[in-house]
Amino acid sequence: MTLDQVIGAGVLAATLRLATPILLAALGGVVSERSGVVNIALEGCMLVGAFFGVVAADRTHSVVLALAVAMGAGGILAAIHAVAAIHLRSDQIVSGMALNILALGLTSYLDYQFYGNTGTPADLAGVPDVSLGPIAAIPFVGDVIGNQNAIVWVALALVVVIQAFLFRTVPGLRLRAVGEHPRAADTVGIAVRPTRYWAVLASGLLAALGGAYLSLSVAHSFTDGMTGGRGFIGLAAMIFGRWTPAGALVASLLFGYGTALSFSLQGASIGSVQVPVQLLSTLPYVLTILAVAGFVGRSRPPAADGLPYETEGHA
Amino acid sequence: MSAETSMLVDMRGIEKRFGDLVALRGVDLVVRQGEIHALVGENGAGKSTLMNVLYGLYRPDAGSIRIRGREVRIAGPRDAIALGIGMIHQHFMLVPPLTVAENVVLGDERGGPRLDRRAIESRVADLEKRFGIVVEPHARTEDIPLGLQQRVEILKVLYRGSELLIFDEPTAVLTPQEVDELFAIVRTLRDEGKTLILITHKLREVMAVTDNITVLRGGRNAGELVTRNTNPSEIARAMVGRELKELRARATPARAEVTLKVQGLEAKSDRGALALQGVDFDVRSGEILGIAGVGGNGQSELAQAILGLRRPTGGSIQIGGVDISKDDPKRTRARGVAYVPEDRHLEGLVLAFSVADDFILGKQDRAPYARTGVLDPVTILRNGGRLAAEYDVRPPNPKAIVGNLSGGNQQKVVLGRELSERPKLIVVSQPTRGLDIAATEYVHERLLEQRGQGAGILLISSELDEIRALSDRIAVMFEGRIVATLDAASATEERLGLLMAGHGEAAA
Ligand SMILES: Nc1ncnc2c1ncn2[C@@H]1O[C@H](COP(=O)(O)OP(=O)(O)OP(=O)(O)O)[C@@H](O)[C@H]1O
Ligand SMILES: [Mg+2]
Repeated sequence: MTLDQVIGAGVLAATLRLATPILLAALGGVVSERSGVVNIALEGCMLVGAFFGVVAADRTHSVVLALAVAMGAGGILAAIHAVAAIHLRSDQIVSGMALNILALGLTSYLDYQFYGNTGTPADLAGVPDVSLGPIAAIPFVGDVIGNQNAIVWVALALVVVIQAFLFRTVPGLRLRAVGEHPRAADTVGIAVRPTRYWAVLASGLLAALGGAYLSLSVAHSFTDGMTGGRGFIGLAAMIFGRWTPAGALVASLLFGYGTALSFSLQGASIGSVQVPVQLLSTLPYVLTILAVAGFVGRSRPPAADGLPYETEGHA
Repeated sequence: MSAETSMLVDMRGIEKRFGDLVALRGVDLVVRQGEIHALVGENGAGKSTLMNVLYGLYRPDAGSIRIRGREVRIAGPRDAIALGIGMIHQHFMLVPPLTVAENVVLGDERGGPRLDRRAIESRVADLEKRFGIVVEPHARTEDIPLGLQQRVEILKVLYRGSELLIFDEPTAVLTPQEVDELFAIVRTLRDEGKTLILITHKLREVMAVTDNITVLRGGRNAGELVTRNTNPSEIARAMVGRELKELRARATPARAEVTLKVQGLEAKSDRGALALQGVDFDVRSGEILGIAGVGGNGQSELAQAILGLRRPTGGSIQIGGVDISKDDPKRTRARGVAYVPEDRHLEGLVLAFSVADDFILGKQDRAPYARTGVLDPVTILRNGGRLAAEYDVRPPNPKAIVGNLSGGNQQKVVLGRELSERPKLIVVSQPTRGLDIAATEYVHERLLEQRGQGAGILLISSELDEIRALSDRIAVMFEGRIVATLDAASATEERLGLLMAGHGEAAA
């Protein structure tokens, strides 16, 4: 095992790549849960984003349109969840789970209908990498960030934007108030339900962008269930990051690093002992369990997270 | 000013139904400009519902509302705020993690989409100066005491330029000092020309600060009174519809054996501070020992330690000579200890259960309610029906869901469960918090009845009136210690007040 295998530029660049979809899902989770709606349908939003992004790229040969369609698909799925959770006041976990199953079934069915056994076409329009020119030439730094995908940069920018939105703007303050104490928000004239609709919708768009990243930036194809639980890991990153965008970034990078490490240490050994890569690749999931179980610091969800708002109900 | 315009609020024939339940059956309310108007009535009389209608949280099914003589439709809080109506709710409408200033301006932040904390805080500070209401604007709301949180609620309403302030049971959660401070603020506001509506169960408060009184009973008007020309018993009669019995007057107990002996008890609070710092006292059978004190001086921890809900870090607790300080609640209860907790929603009841099921909580694993681990629903239901009738739970339906009962009736369920098996020691904490005078009277009677049957009672309450009316002896708790134990006869309100505030020397 060499130092390069642990903190080399290659590992760090892979960390960024692997963290991006998790981060986008986590940001979606932050926005939705800060408004008081638990959205585990993020996994499904990612998956439909990945699939419909590919379909649109195949048909239109336009990356921009492909991304728009991908996010639209995620938005529609999130809107269904919003109606169920906000309007019909159904159980948010049940609704989210149902939509995940729907997304899995729908995408694999349509995938087979559209592309049969041959798989998605090889000449898909993909989201380009961004070459940073002179920076890319700087040793190490250039190797890490010099040639990352455009969506990686978008995701990082969104961390800043959403952090500022939540904590430095009036609409952000209102959104947080709705998630903590909707009745209090209502009594000062803040419209609770519309706020939640917008937040859930935004979470769907963000997660779908994460899905499109997987299919259009990384894989350049779609395969059944290709999101592989990244939406859920995003929710773990959200908890790990204490429901803040900045925290979610740190958590996503940690998870991404865990996976990157398990790749780079493939076949490595310390002295004569083989590094147990299989075990190492479970690291992100172990971290996830620890985060969800509350072992990694105490983090407190928004007080009204997951609770439907009843207008004339008892407080 | 004409008679028309001096009438700030004129509500006529207001009706409000919740499903089958009729909460308001044609209520009138007239409030004049510049007065402090009391709205009183028993639990469930419809006071909060009427105010929620005025504030636009509930839409009335019938009736009209005039504000300054003009007929209005109030479709939501926004409309109410625009009409100059503000409400300080029974359960505070504050967002705990936000700062004081953020809570004050929430929904009306002014000045662009950017959240300018500095500007907001200075605006709130100006408001505080104007009305003489002081709270740290950049403190986190959840970190400040309830009394201050209430000021934040008041500031919130004033910030929106309200001319009419509705206070829904503002004193229920306050310490006596905080109540005094609140009433000072209330009077200042009236002097500033504001109009106030005050909902309270405490007639002493009605007499002290209000000008006129509207009494509701069962969703109907039950009297309009002028405070200056009435007295507490007339108000009580209007509220309850009958005379109230006078408590007190009872024989002092014979010197009986000690039921509970607490020595050098120490325990930590949830935050790890030493909440009990060597507490000593005993309770004899047939005696009520009152624990007076401002909330948060260790009373909750004391009750929890006795019940086995909190492990003491030192000292002993003996029931009938046996040390129980290491017992869990089940074993403690098996020794004949009953518990009426201060928060019946948190510790006393499963709100989603039926009355019959809540009656057997803690007894569910033994005969006659269960045999060989299987519940016997017929017996449980029969027992529920019997206790519901015996403890006057309304409706007397053992299948009713406890969460749908009024506060007073929920407390009766707790009492029925706790008192029906002849306990030796009863630990009661804030037994009448939030209850109306009839329910309060009922709880007091039941406690005196238990005392008569020889139970020892530890009564923890921040209501001095309650402590003084029921106790044989009164111990005052301050900062985790019993600072004095007085005979009920010698415990004047002044002395207790001074002891509770930590002025032991002055009270001697
Ligand atoms: N949102 C609601 N849904 C159903 N029933 C309700 C609702 N709000 C109030 N009620 C019922 O309407 C009646 C009047 O309740 P309200 O809260 O107005 O009484 P109150 O006079 O304020 O009592 P308290 O002194 O206990 O606060 C009660 O029977 C109550 O259970
Ligand atoms: Mg009320």
